Amino acid sequence: MAVYFQKREVVVPGQLLAEGRYRASFGTYDEGGKIFSSLVGLAELRGNTVKVVALEGVYIPKEGDLVVGTITLVAGNNWKVDIGGPYGASLHANNALRRPYSDDISEYMDIGDVIAAEVIAFDRGSGPFLGMKGRGLRVLREGMILHVSPAKIPRIIGRRGSMINMIKDHLNIQTMVGQNGRIWIRAPSTDILRLAIKAFRTIETQAHTSKLTDRISEMLAEEMSEIKSSSEPNEEIEPEEVSVPEEVTEVEETTTDEAIVAESEPEPEPEPETEPEAVTEAEDEEPAEVEVEAEETVEEDKQKEEVTKE
Amino acid sequence: MSPEVKPDFLISPEGLRVDGRRPDEMRPIELKVGVLKQANGSASIRQGKTYIIAGVYGPRELHPRHLTLNDRAYLRVEYRMATFSVPDRKRPAPSRREKEISMVIANALKPALFLEEFPKAVVDVFIQVIQADGGTRCAAINAASLALADAGIPMKSLVPAVAVGKAEGKLIVDLGDEEDKYGQGDVPMAIMPQTEEITLLQQDGSFTREELLEAMQMGINSCKYLHELQKEALRRAYVKKAPENGDDDEDDDDDEFDDDLETDLGEAELMEDE
Repeated sequence: MAVYFQKREVVVPGQLLAEGRYRASFGTYDEGGKIFSSLVGLAELRGNTVKVVALEGVYIPKEGDLVVGTITLVAGNNWKVDIGGPYGASLHANNALRRPYSDDISEYMDIGDVIAAEVIAFDRGSGPFLGMKGRGLRVLREGMILHVSPAKIPRIIGRRGSMINMIKDHLNIQTMVGQNGRIWIRAPSTDILRLAIKAFRTIETQAHTSKLTDRISEMLAEEMSEIKSSSEPNEEIEPEEVSVPEEVTEVEETTTDEAIVAESEPEPEPEPETEPEAVTEAEDEEPAEVEVEAEETVEEDKQKEEVTKE
Repeated sequence: MSPEVKPDFLISPEGLRVDGRRPDEMRPIELKVGVLKQANGSASIRQGKTYIIAGVYGPRELHPRHLTLNDRAYLRVEYRMATFSVPDRKRPAPSRREKEISMVIANALKPALFLEEFPKAVVDVFIQVIQADGGTRCAAINAASLALADAGIPMKSLVPAVAVGKAEGKLIVDLGDEEDKYGQGDVPMAIMPQTEEITLLQQDGSFTREELLEAMQMGINSCKYLHELQKEALRRAYVKKAPENGDDDEDDDDDEFDDDLETDLGEAELMEDE
């Protein structure tokens, strides 16, 4: 029984991490009761589970992940979606639309559309399948996509959504952070968009430093006041109040955690009956359950939305 | 490089080699990780005058599709020498030798990688020899293994490699170009250091049984030394990227990590009992 690493030590492949009654988890392997690292990363011990947080790597889909993808092909009842990484995903119309739907599903979503979806199934036999029946899962219109390293996504979201919610509070933007390293951002102005990109890039490059949330918060507060003072009179109102299209709130809400809402309640809550639970939650959380609960109402909304858009 | 001449001796009367090394001494080695911007992972190695860059792309979608392996990723290694890497211009078309070495390197790296984690995908390893001065296949394995780790490909262990040879009846480690050309034999080998499993063992020239066994032992020792250099190079690259990593033992307010993280053994055991 022994652990051979410091907390958050940078470990290399093949390094002995622990011996005895420990369980090997992500980024490690077990050989004859000894646990070795299989990656370059930061070693962590949680309970009796040893884990290595990767610092590099491409996106490997996991069931329950929220991803932001681009539709590359419409094939019969399927959309093929590029979600980055080695595996192309498919989205079946049954998992996205409510029946009855038209035979030509490109009426709803077509090549080039960017969507937020959930990975509903993935195993070695068959490529990842996506679903769009969940809160906030929809076509993302306007805005831009920012690519970051998928390994840095947990940090961008922060524990229980702390980082991403902080950024949203400061900048009053709409974003969707996909586990696949794609971030959709829609900002009220180019200045703010630029600032948002800067914030995400900073997090990406400084992902393994500490007190990052505080530093980013400071930086954003500073730069926001500059932006406000430079573009004077029409922006006297609180940043929270800057008008944002209605549908937005729904998205923001899905990424808001219970705890966060309780503390600071910047956004209005249009749907108080549904349990606010993060979809873009850090990897340990399981949004799946909530999704099922919320499915009914949201699905309807989404359908309406889709119809109105066409 | 001046026109090549055979050196008068490979082992001097004092027992030193042409470049003044002792028989079991390696050339100076410099390893760097993360040298390419576009690649998912990269590394370079300078071993004496040999200079090699390795880049890793993937795991990514495999084209052409017919190469797909359904239970694991395909490891595609491409070893190439630059036209200016050798005294005579090397013709740029892939030679028979390059193809063989590509395969040999792939086979040397494969046992260390957990390729079954990425079925149907491909991991591309591109190795470019900028300057060749003997021992390129082993240096290439050293660099490629680091580049794979840098790309975040899960692996059992890094793979160090070294060539052991024979010149004037003496076993020597890490052959230089002249020793390779005019020596009596060459045994390139690669190992996984923890288990001392051998992933590459080739031989040219003739060795007696005893010589070969001793050569392998020398190779294993040198590989272990190289393995330390590899680990250090890899850590250096990542600690540089995380400058404040060392001093933050105290603040647990970090987002990526939960507060209930404990390295304390006692607590871990408690959890287990639950």
